[in-house]
Amino acid sequence: MDRILEVVIAKYNYWIYIVLMMIGLYGVIAKNNLVKKIVGMSIFQTAIILFFISMGMKKGATIPIIIHGQEASVRASDYINPLPHVLMLTAIVVAVSTLGVALALAVKIYKEFDTLEEDEILEKIRKS
Amino acid sequence: MTSHLPALVVTVPLLTAFAAFAAGWLRPKLCFPVGLTGLGITAISSILLLAEVLEAGTVTYELGRWPAPWGIVYVVDRLNGVVLAAISLCAFIQWISSRASVKSQFSDRIGAFYGLELLFVTGAMGITVTGDAFNLYVLLEIASITAYALIAMGGGRAPLSSLNYVFMGTIGAWFYLLGVGYLYIMTGSLNMADLASILQGMRSSQAILVAFVIIIVGVWLKMGFFPLHGWLPNAYTHAPWPATTLIAPLMTKVMAYVMMRLVLFLFGPEYSFGVLGLKDVVVWWASLAVVAGSVIALSQKDLKRMITCIILIEIAYMVGGTFLGNRSGTTGAIFHLVNDVFMTLCVFLAVSSLAFRQRELDMDAMEGLFSEMPFTMGALVTGALSIVGVPPTCGFFSKWLLLKGALEAGHYEFMVALILSSLVCLVLFFRVFEAAYFGHGERSHGHHRMREAPLGMVVPLLVVAIGIVALGLMSGKVISSIIEPALPRGVL
Amino acid sequence: MRILGILVCVATGAMLIWASGEFPPWGDPNSPASLHVSPRYIEKTMEETSVPNAVTSVLADYRGYDTMFETTVIFAAGVSCFMLLRLFSGRERSSHHYRHILTGLTLRVRRKGKQLPELEEFEPMDSLWTPYDLILRTLCRFLIPFIQLFALYVIAHGHHSPGGGFQGGVILGASMILLAISQDMRSALRRIRERTLAIFSVAGVAIYAGTGALCLLLGSNFLDYAALSRIFPVDPVGARSLGIFLVEVGVGIAVMATMIVIYHNLASEGFLDEGL
Repeated sequence: MDRILEVVIAKYNYWIYIVLMMIGLYGVIAKNNLVKKIVGMSIFQTAIILFFISMGMKKGATIPIIIHGQEASVRASDYINPLPHVLMLTAIVVAVSTLGVALALAVKIYKEFDTLEEDEILEKIRKS
Repeated sequence: MTSHLPALVVTVPLLTAFAAFAAGWLRPKLCFPVGLTGLGITAISSILLLAEVLEAGTVTYELGRWPAPWGIVYVVDRLNGVVLAAISLCAFIQWISSRASVKSQFSDRIGAFYGLELLFVTGAMGITVTGDAFNLYVLLEIASITAYALIAMGGGRAPLSSLNYVFMGTIGAWFYLLGVGYLYIMTGSLNMADLASILQGMRSSQAILVAFVIIIVGVWLKMGFFPLHGWLPNAYTHAPWPATTLIAPLMTKVMAYVMMRLVLFLFGPEYSFGVLGLKDVVVWWASLAVVAGSVIALSQKDLKRMITCIILIEIAYMVGGTFLGNRSGTTGAIFHLVNDVFMTLCVFLAVSSLAFRQRELDMDAMEGLFSEMPFTMGALVTGALSIVGVPPTCGFFSKWLLLKGALEAGHYEFMVALILSSLVCLVLFFRVFEAAYFGHGERSHGHHRMREAPLGMVVPLLVVAIGIVALGLMSGKVISSIIEPALPRGVL
Repeated sequence: MRILGILVCVATGAMLIWASGEFPPWGDPNSPASLHVSPRYIEKTMEETSVPNAVTSVLADYRGYDTMFETTVIFAAGVSCFMLLRLFSGRERSSHHYRHILTGLTLRVRRKGKQLPELEEFEPMDSLWTPYDLILRTLCRFLIPFIQLFALYVIAHGHHSPGGGFQGGVILGASMILLAISQDMRSALRRIRERTLAIFSVAGVAIYAGTGALCLLLGSNFLDYAALSRIFPVDPVGARSLGIFLVEVGVGIAVMATMIVIYHNLASEGFLDEGL
């Protein structure tokens, strides 16, 4: 029992984010409405971003801005890892850009087909 | 300036993209010449870079003067160099050829269209030249987002096809990112060379195994490898012609390069081919993918859709060739990558010229085209022969190497798939040529006058067609001096 | 599709969770990620770049090349939204509605075609019309300058506190979007025109790439800010801090312009006449 609790406490952050990722992935694959698919994609991306952030954590460390006055005696274990934050700043911007393009495409699709449900759109395509 | 060539090769298209977009708002007539100059400089730089690599060995370039693994480094070896040259030449030729199309379709947003095309080229060049795993992801997203937007300009069904491409492409790219994240948790590094050396000691780790699987699945999604290819036929068919002729030859081939770089250099041949017995499973699956691609291509009525589905077959060749695991197979796959850029460009440019004159692309509209558009059809014949694999075009030599590799590795199913798909391609193109040459039906009334596409489309097309034959005639030299030395030592 | 989705998600999730068995525990200061590459960033950021915020120095200096392409990504998204949605012909309507601001009188003008020219005393009513709200308009007019001032502070202070180009640029963009929402899109477009936004977005990324090219021309590698010490009167370490600041400004301008462009094109479906 103790062993299981130990493992859970050490890894539960990764598991939560993986579950969130899979919820988003299910949304993209299985939902019918295009906007719901876009939302699922956004959840998937956000879960991966959070996963990266959580890997940079260090116990007992503070944010990676060197404290004023302590520049001479900087120890790496006092500050959390800045690299995942940097990578995820980039990833957030990429996610927002993809979201913007996807929404613009959804607006265009709506103008053409008057609906955002994928089965209705395919029906209209088949008929024409 | 020569030592800065790796940076120039990506920075010049980037700055040209900004200039073209700004010109679209200030003086639209300048968009085409600005892009032409930029792509010309890029093509020359990449050829000079290839020459430098052939002479001096691998070229490394530290961006910001920070050494690896703390900064981002560009590493150009023979594999990179030849793919870079192919991409930049393809983009330059396509730029000239698509001028008339773009002017007629997108004149009110020409700056934006040309800007996005140049950004796509930047992304493709950057993916090829980088030596950092995360930098590859960012450039991959540049290429992808611009491709999504360019494809959606087709009107009608194009936005829907592009949105489906958005979904599948995003999942593929973020799977790659997740895999890089797993590698980072286990090793702490993002630089490819550094990762390769650290991973040597972690062969039996389960996290590394899952990272490998997830990265390869993500790359396959973006490459259009069966069964993850669902987005490809619709996206490329409904896109406007200028976008298809740029994206179709480049996007999937660049992702195939990424797969080769990761399998051969990052994870190493012993790991990639040995883990899970992947070697045999993937080659069997690639043979299946070749057959599936052939069946899909056979069942298409529209010419544009048919040549799009041929891309599926070519990609499956490259995956199978890489995972055969011997020198012939890998050499064949790399040479096929370079060939396929030009073969696809040739066939797509030829059909786009047809579409520019004809508007309709079903088999009835093909009648009598040999006398109406002899140069275009001649180039289409050359491209088709190369896809089928007839000497002296370059396609024959790469297929020969793939067959040899399959024979040596004992994968007879891959040999059967290769031969079968070549026959299928022959049948596919023969249908087109028969209609175009003999021309039975209501439309033919005797002698057709020659009504070629504009000179700006025909001349680049002929250049590519001649290039395909030239590449085939020089293939022995190309393979022995560029491709053979590019393979890592572990490939036997 | 549902069953396939569930199968794929469960299988992938199980595989990923199985792999996490080997991960270092959460918050472990001795994990490979914390020991291999990143200690140098934390320990050397003050002496190599004189920027206390390690995230900013890694983002804009050590891995500045990634950030340049990130800015290009957001620029490409703005250009894409413009290219996909923008329609220059204007909405066709059979009648237009106007409201006299002082008295509240509503007029309907039955005339096909685009909007009539603007008049001071009349307010064009949108299809998603919201009442003329004095409190909302006045409040936002007061708030927006302070929001923009705060955004400029965030950009400039990215060296010493959490902040930087992206964060400040988004706040700047949000201030103009607030103007468009609280009043109407036409007022926002009067303040900053579409052509200006396009030039800003290009200028922002061009500042970033231009700084890198300047370093190239001064003889060093691309984006090596230490080369700037040849033309500015600072030592190489200070030149890195200056270079980081320059690129952050470029990023802020580009992000601001792109956010506004994306909002305008999405909210008005490309017509740029009315919004939400």
